[in-house]
Amino acid sequence: MATPTWNNPVIKWVDDRLPIFTFVQHSAIDYPTPKNLNYWWNFGSLAGVILVIMIATGIFLSFNYTAHVDMAFDSVERIMRDVNYGWMFRYIHMNGGTMFFLIIYIHIFRGMYYGSYKAPRELLWIIGVFIFLAMMATAFVGYVLPWGQMSFWGATVITNLFSVIPFVGNDIVTWLWGGFSVDNPTLNRFFSLHYLLPFIIFALVFLHLWALHTHKSNNPLGIEVKGDQDELPFHPYYTIKDLYGLGVFMIFFMGVTFFAPNFFGEPENYLPANPMVTPAAIVPEWYFLPYYAILRATPDNFVDAWGILPVIIDAKTSGVILMFASILLLCLLPWLDRSKVRSATFRPIYKQLYWIFLADCLVLGWIGANPPEGMMLLIGRIATFWYFFHLLILLPLVPYWEKTKELPESISAAVTANGEGSKETSS
Amino acid sequence: MKKQTFIAWITAGLLLAFSFNSALAAGGATPPPKLKWSFHGPFGTFDRAQMKRGWQVYKEVCAGCHSLHQIYYRNLQDIGFSAGEVKKIAAEDEVAAGPNEDGETHDGGELLVRPGKPFDKLIKPFANDAAARAANNGALPPDLSLTSKAHATGVDYIAAVLTGYKDPPSGFKMNEGMAYNTYFAGNQIAMPAPLSADAVEYADGTKATVEQMALDVSTFLAWAAEPEMEERKRLGIKVILFLIVLTALLYALKRRIWAKVH
Repeated sequence: MATPTWNNPVIKWVDDRLPIFTFVQHSAIDYPTPKNLNYWWNFGSLAGVILVIMIATGIFLSFNYTAHVDMAFDSVERIMRDVNYGWMFRYIHMNGGTMFFLIIYIHIFRGMYYGSYKAPRELLWIIGVFIFLAMMATAFVGYVLPWGQMSFWGATVITNLFSVIPFVGNDIVTWLWGGFSVDNPTLNRFFSLHYLLPFIIFALVFLHLWALHTHKSNNPLGIEVKGDQDELPFHPYYTIKDLYGLGVFMIFFMGVTFFAPNFFGEPENYLPANPMVTPAAIVPEWYFLPYYAILRATPDNFVDAWGILPVIIDAKTSGVILMFASILLLCLLPWLDRSKVRSATFRPIYKQLYWIFLADCLVLGWIGANPPEGMMLLIGRIATFWYFFHLLILLPLVPYWEKTKELPESISAAVTANGEGSKETSS
Repeated sequence: MKKQTFIAWITAGLLLAFSFNSALAAGGATPPPKLKWSFHGPFGTFDRAQMKRGWQVYKEVCAGCHSLHQIYYRNLQDIGFSAGEVKKIAAEDEVAAGPNEDGETHDGGELLVRPGKPFDKLIKPFANDAAARAANNGALPPDLSLTSKAHATGVDYIAAVLTGYKDPPSGFKMNEGMAYNTYFAGNQIAMPAPLSADAVEYADGTKATVEQMALDVSTFLAWAAEPEMEERKRLGIKVILFLIVLTALLYALKRRIWAKVH
């Protein structure tokens, strides 16, 4: 790629000293992108846009929010009722959280289908998992801020998970709370963290993009780019495609925001927090439900049913371990999946397993929304088992007996041929 | 492949919808019947006359025990009262006057009061939660500002509970001072049936049946929970129309730019 030459003297002067224009030219305009990316590749840039929307609306909300147990709930209601367009900023921010997770889940599952995590993109993937973790932390502390019933009890349940850490668990929980229960110090620090974490996400996104631009995008065929004929410059081809995708997405996002703003929310959070009244069911927001199901899946003594070990691992401990493992395990995905072929298009067995895994995650979400009793508990346990079975057993072993389909010669060859590959290219 | 993807997404959508539905079931209560409300749907608006009647029911029946903490007198202009009428309504109530020129807020233990003004919040029936419990057999009448948003079944829930009073089925053990209600969780509610026929005399001549009053006050409370609703929907329609046009243009541009590639 040739270094661009600048004619405008001001741009030339600046670029000589800080090559920011060259940087933009290289990474956003000339940036070579596989020509066969389908619409599932839109979700990366969508996630970037929604992050900016969240930060922007969040800053405006913070102007009018009061992080105090006696005033937080009413200050949010004041935003909804008396601040000019406060209801709009609040509903965009509230539903923006939902949209962010929806986008990220699609983004993650796209990566899983097309094997985007495989060499040489392992670090890109792992940074992505950390972005996801940071998002979860941000969403969790953010949900506490309106100080409704679910805010308070969600905070109580989740912070209490840290009590399973041996020896120091309870001290850590007290330290997190800044007291002996979820109270004003907790709310204050959660507000602080909710303002801090998005900027950490922003920094992680920068690393994510840096890693992406080092080896460039994967593509639906999962094969390497062979030369210029396989690529297109990012601008105008993918700028316009991303903009079109953004338009479609915004219709959905704004449709929910303006016409069903509380559809994804928990009604109980419109009751002010009351430490003396526990809600009938403490349910997290929909995007945490699969993990909530895993958390509640295990029985007491689940690992050691015969009582051989000197310590008893109770249901809570094993649930917490499994829940964190279910996310952290994703970091190992590039090594758990032993297949050299990236795209599920050419992996007949993995393709089936992929859809089963996706369905399994949705089942976990459904279980998470229900009390862990009877059938629900049983289904939850089976689904939890399958989640780990898929990642730990099937992914490493399947490549040994899976007969993959023949990979196309190149991206451009597949695009011009009448094969599976040409259907993959969307435009 | 395309078809498979499509089916998978439909399944995902259905499962998701199912999970929300099942999360809503509350213990021990019949789900409230789904009623038709003028303010439902993307173009729905509040019926002003009905809200005014609802305000009358709230004021004359509910306000004896239930606060409406998020509402100011000035907000009543939204439901169709003129500025002058709001002033009059506010002035009928007495609010804390604040310190007088001697810096006193109380006179011999009695709170100093003045007539309410439009910028005041609606007065509360009780000085605090303890006083409210003391007057209500130990139960705390909840604030009604967000009731329709705080229940999964929304405004239907309010109307259902108000009309759901019945004699308990034989063998049903009632606690002392409780009333049986079909739609209340656990079927025992501390609030005795609040509405009886002609409990209010409507200014507009509408016959005050229990059902009518329940619908009217439910509408009023739905507005109290979401006073921004009409503005939100009006703006939303403009936003969506704009986005559809913009997206169509972007799509045309996308087709045009990509036409050169193949």
